[in-house]
Amino acid sequence: MPPRKPRARVNARNNGGAAVAEASAALPAGLSAGDLSDFYRRMAFCRAIDERIWALNRQGKVPIAASSQGHEAAQLGSLLAAEKDGDCFLFPYYRDLALKFAAGLTAEEVMRSFMGKAGDPYSNGRQFPLQGADLPHKIIQISNVVAAGLTQSVGYAMACKMRGEGTVALVYFGDGASSQGETHEAMNFASVHSLPVVFICENNRYAISVPQRKQMGIEEIASRAAGYGFPGFTIDGMDFIACYEASREAINHARSQGPVLLEMRVERFMSHTTDDDDRRYRPTDEVEQARLRDPLVSLGKLLLEQGILTQQEIDEVASSALAAVDSATDIADAASPPDVSSLHQMVYSG
Amino acid sequence: MVLKSVIEAVREALREEMQRDPSVFVMGEDVGARGGVFLATQGLVEEFGENRIIDTPLAEASIVGIALGAAFRGQRAIPEIQFSDFVWPSVNQLIGEAARTCYGTNGAVQVPMTVRIPYGGGIRGGLFHSQNVETHFFHTPGLKVVTPCTPYDAKGLLKSAIRDNNPVVFLEHKKTYRLVRGEVPEGEYTLPLGQADIKRPGSNITAVSYGLTLHYCLEAAQEVAAEGIDVEVVDLRTLSPLDKETILSSVRKTGKLLVAHEDNVTGGIGAEIAALVADEAFEYLDGPIVRVCGPDIPTMPFAQTLEDAYIPDTAKIAAALRRLSEY
Repeated sequence: MPPRKPRARVNARNNGGAAVAEASAALPAGLSAGDLSDFYRRMAFCRAIDERIWALNRQGKVPIAASSQGHEAAQLGSLLAAEKDGDCFLFPYYRDLALKFAAGLTAEEVMRSFMGKAGDPYSNGRQFPLQGADLPHKIIQISNVVAAGLTQSVGYAMACKMRGEGTVALVYFGDGASSQGETHEAMNFASVHSLPVVFICENNRYAISVPQRKQMGIEEIASRAAGYGFPGFTIDGMDFIACYEASREAINHARSQGPVLLEMRVERFMSHTTDDDDRRYRPTDEVEQARLRDPLVSLGKLLLEQGILTQQEIDEVASSALAAVDSATDIADAASPPDVSSLHQMVYSG
Repeated sequence: MVLKSVIEAVREALREEMQRDPSVFVMGEDVGARGGVFLATQGLVEEFGENRIIDTPLAEASIVGIALGAAFRGQRAIPEIQFSDFVWPSVNQLIGEAARTCYGTNGAVQVPMTVRIPYGGGIRGGLFHSQNVETHFFHTPGLKVVTPCTPYDAKGLLKSAIRDNNPVVFLEHKKTYRLVRGEVPEGEYTLPLGQADIKRPGSNITAVSYGLTLHYCLEAAQEVAAEGIDVEVVDLRTLSPLDKETILSSVRKTGKLLVAHEDNVTGGIGAEIAALVADEAFEYLDGPIVRVCGPDIPTMPFAQTLEDAYIPDTAKIAAALRRLSEY
């Protein structure tokens, strides 16, 4: 059986409020109040560090950053599903700051990575921030070449299957990467071998500046799954609960029957990167409208409505996030850069 | 000792490594029931099954990308690119991703992957079945590049490549597959990557080469020996790591260097070896460094006359050796 259609499917813009109201009727099976408050806290920390990183770029302390603001429900909803499952391996892409932070790094580790300091857990300062590998948290992202991680995730899943392991690979990519030939090759091969892969497309409708209508002739990227012979769903990527539920079902399906494509419709709150200025190509009110559906605000409202957190507790989460980010910033700012002697190391293994 | 062909040696190495280590697997176009278009994997799907000898769609980027991902999980992947000419769609996965994986993860992720690629010409393959692709990989830190020219070397080097935890581009000159036969000992042996082999000792001129062209060098050396020119022929065997010491010590002995390869002359392996010798053995040189290489055209053409004109063959190498001997 393919997973049932996730409940909170996007039909129209700006319906986040309706989706949240629907979700608040009852928590899905297997999801506790503790999970929600834990992930609200993680999301708040992600937002705080994301905003600070952007400011540090303007201060000349962070050379480059891609923000995940607006993508957090998709990234953290699927992360929660992966954690609940307990045997998933993640192949994120460059906009998955929230996913990578929330997967278990400290704020200080994130800051060291963004400032290119020693102790960057992903590459020790070789790569763009949070790019390389974080094996303790089961994450690999080798490059910025979009869709290159898709075929690699398929190979990883195949290897696990060969070894008799039950691991499911979750691979993340944007709508831009959906145009790459390797996206097709990865999905096709995964289908041929019924491999345990969940393809998660965080569709913010922009490949840097190029809008979706110039990228493809279809409305829903998820519809492509039919061409490969596996299920695909379009999810409201601003709805944490919907993203969690869809991911949970997709992981189960992937393990037992083969690949699934989840298109999570998200909003990009910031420019493509700190080097971009989206005012050159986005309508002025578009981001303002998108921010009305802020996943952090929506999840906070849900927690209040469910009586899981009080307003005071929500305020405390925000202030503790700021304090953690302040401290991490100071430590990373004062930290040493990688030693120059490391320049020639690790070109080859062993 | 038994005489075997290069293709038989390759097949033996694959079979032995697959028997030895259950994590070794092969994937590529027609590698299953067909046994590969050159029959490198003949009989292997019958012995190891479809889960370890994987017929793939015709999509090279994913052949390497999927093999790379499997290597991340510790499988010893042996993707096959059917002809070197078809490697280009997979070059991002090879040069962009695999070569940078160890460095870009600060050593956390290893890549036990050997990409087997039949390459080179002289078989009327034209522009898209004859290409020499080695320079691109030679230029890329993080990759190892292996170019055997005999059955003995092919088997021993392939076994080492498969056991290596780095991405290896294993280039098999397709004209050597059945043309070159040689002794291959029964039983287990490996040859280290990064060690050149002096295929013929000599005292007057050092000739450095690899692959099919190495055999032309040996023939040319034989030819000029009758004229009193004693050529030492150095087989690089692996381009990367490059065995600089063997090259330098040979040149210090002979005082003269010729480099021959089928790949285009400009920016090629010969250029790098010339620079190496100029840097580190300049005062030993008694003559110019001579390169006998493919000309700077996009691969050897199809027509017999044009193909012959392209190839740095025995006659061209012998002529260059004679010129060099006059210094």
